[in-house]
This record gives sequence, C-alpha cells and structure tokens, in this order.
Amino acid sequence: MNELLSFWLDSLPLLLDGLAVSLKVTGAALAIGFPLGLFLALGVQSKGRLVNLISLCVVEIGRGAPALVVLQFAYFGLPQGGLTLSSFASAVFALAWNTGAYTSEIIRAGLESVPFGEIEASSAMGMMRADTLRFVIIPQGLRVAAPALLGFAAAMLQATSLCFTIALPELTSNAYVIGTNTFRYIEILSLAGILYAVICAPATIAVEVLERRLGKHTR
Amino acid sequence: MTADMILGVATGIPWTLAVTAAAFVLGAVLGLPLCAMRQSKFMLLRAIVLVYIVVFRSVPPLLWVFVFFFGLGSGYLPISAFEGVVLGLGLITAANMAEIYRGALSAIRIGQWEASEALALPSYSTYIDIIAPQLLRVSLPSSASYAVGLLKDSAIASTIGVNDISFSANYIAKLTYQGLTVFAIAGLLYIMISLPIAALARAADQKLRARVAQ
Repeated sequence: MNELLSFWLDSLPLLLDGLAVSLKVTGAALAIGFPLGLFLALGVQSKGRLVNLISLCVVEIGRGAPALVVLQFAYFGLPQGGLTLSSFASAVFALAWNTGAYTSEIIRAGLESVPFGEIEASSAMGMMRADTLRFVIIPQGLRVAAPALLGFAAAMLQATSLCFTIALPELTSNAYVIGTNTFRYIEILSLAGILYAVICAPATIAVEVLERRLGKHTR
Repeated sequence: MTADMILGVATGIPWTLAVTAAAFVLGAVLGLPLCAMRQSKFMLLRAIVLVYIVVFRSVPPLLWVFVFFFGLGSGYLPISAFEGVVLGLGLITAANMAEIYRGALSAIRIGQWEASEALALPSYSTYIDIIAPQLLRVSLPSSASYAVGLLKDSAIASTIGVNDISFSANYIAKLTYQGLTVFAIAGLLYIMISLPIAALARAADQKLRARVAQ
C-alpha cells in the first residue's frame, strides 16, 4: 500500500501537467464551441436558405462523425489541404466543432421551450425581432439548457482523452507513457481515472440535481 | 484512386459493427439488474449501483478501455483488443442503460402496477409479463440514440489495434498521405451507418408505441 502511494506520489506531477493540458483544451473548446452552438441553433432555425443549409451541414457532420475521426481529420488530414495545425490547435478545432454541433441541439431545445405567448407579447409591445431574441428568448432558453450544457462540459473533458491519438501530452497520454515505462498500467491508469472522476463526478451529480429542480415545475 | 480508398476504409465496417453490437448487448443486458438494484429496498444495493454509475460515467471511455486492455491484459488476465474494448464500452453502456431503464420505468403508468396488484398477479409475473415489455418499448428511442452514440465511441477501438473503420482510415492515410480525403470518407461512413439505425428505431418506435398503456 505504502509502495503504491509513493509510486502515485512520484507520478502525480506528470499527471497534473497532463490534467492542465486537458483542462486548457476543454476550456478553449467550450469557449469557442458554446457561442458557435448558439449561432448554429439560430442558423438552423433561420429562414435564410444558405445560412440554414450551412448550419445544418456543420451540425450534422459534427454530430454524426466520431470526435476521434474529426480530430484525426484535423491533425493528419488538414495538412493535405495546406493547413498544418499543432496538436493543441487540432484538438481545439475538432472538439470546438463537436461542442458547437451538440450544444446547438441543446440550445435549440432550450430556445424552443420558451412559450410562444412571450414572443407574441414582445411583438405586441413593439419589440424588434433582434431585441426579442436578445432580451426575451435567449436568456430564458439558456437557463433551461444550463444543466445539459454543464453535463456536456464534463463530457468534453472526457473527450480530451481522445487527443492521446494525436500525441498531445494530456492526462491519458501521460498516464499511458508512465504505464509503458513502468509496466504498472492498472495503478497509473487508476490514478488518472481518479483525477478525471474528481472533476466529472461532481458535475454529473450537479446536473442530476439541477435537472430534478427544473423538472419540478414542468411535471 | 478514391474508389480504392473508399474500399480500403470500408474494410473496417464489420469490426466497427461487431464492437458496437457486442458492447451494446452487454450493456443492455447488464443494465437491467443494475436498474432493478437501484429500485431496491436495501440502501447498500442502491449505494453500490449509484457508485457504479457515477464511476463509469465520469471516467473517459478511452481510459476504461486502456484499463482493461493494458491493465488487465498485462499479466492479470490475457485479453484480446476486441474483448478489451467490448468490456470497457459494455460496462459504461450498462451504467447508461440502467439510467435509461430507470427513466422508462417512471414513464410507465402507476395504474399498470395497481392493476397487476388488483389481479393478484405474482410479482414475478408483474415484472416479466406486464412491466418489462412496456419498459423495453418506452426505452427504445433513448436506447437507439445511445446505440448511435456508441457506434461513434467504438472508434476508440482503433487506438488498441482493432481493425475498425478508424483504424483502416489511419492506415490508409499514412500509406497515401491523403488524410483529408480518407478521414472525410471515414466520417461519412459512420454517418451512413448511423442513419439506418436511427430510421429503424423511429419505425419500430411508432409501431410499438401503440402497445404501451396510456
């Protein structure tokens, strides 16, 4: 037991470095992906033909193709088109696309949950369409979408583990490297798992509590 | 040239389907007892299931697959790459399916339970003949969308050397230096496989919905 603890203690700094990279990728992907999701949600509902078509393609490809394939597309594929991204940039590109596509559906459901009467009331009060969106629909819609978005953020941290395949030194890669050097896979992978769980488990539980609270009023 | 690439990437389809199907079946079956335990009167059983669900949902699938393949595989229990990925994804699926079943259970009208009791059906018969068939029908849409998600998660099998779509895409991309085309083909293949699953589920849902008591 003592021996295990000292092994964990020795490898912890490298794992924490990896966790920092994972968190950075998650943060960047969410910072780009959430606003992208909002625009895509509005784009899919838009009456403009072209905007509508482009948004739909971005959403359907982002949701339909595995994140791993999009990631490798960005890292191994884009250079063929003359655009070479670092592994960090590829990771952010792919995961932000993934985030935008998935959260656009979450946000769209949130926006659609705003009662139609509110929109009628806004137009009765002479509010412009943009103002209705900005002050009435989006604030209420995002509130409904909040628990699912939080859940997605936790899922995104887990998705950063896929960056193992593009040689980004994040948590899973670092754990794997220590594993290959020491052949103590179970021990080191468990420690990495604990680090993920320490962040994701409270988020999972918070989502459940939030959803139950919101659900009280709808049921 | 492109035709060769498409055919090459497509050689991975059987393995992708096999991983997805095996993990889904494992999860769908294991999810039932987990869901039952979660409803149990004994706190200990409920706590065990809760911990299981939280643990399997808060650690990335890739890490679980590594734990089973590299961790168990290196010495404790010889395990193939296919078995490792099915075990990892299957156990995660079980946790999620247990939650899907639980949601479906709460959607079954309370009258169904009351009627079974009024008819003095033994509890075995209540579960097997009355509740279970409706449970499967109610949970079908969520299970199907989970299966589509699982299809995409199955791509991580390529990281430990299962010869699936992602694996062959990787191989061909390195062979031809045409990653852009090859990975676009791979992405489209996944989308094309998920479309019929979704369509089939929608059709089945419409047929079966009529047979759930309202």
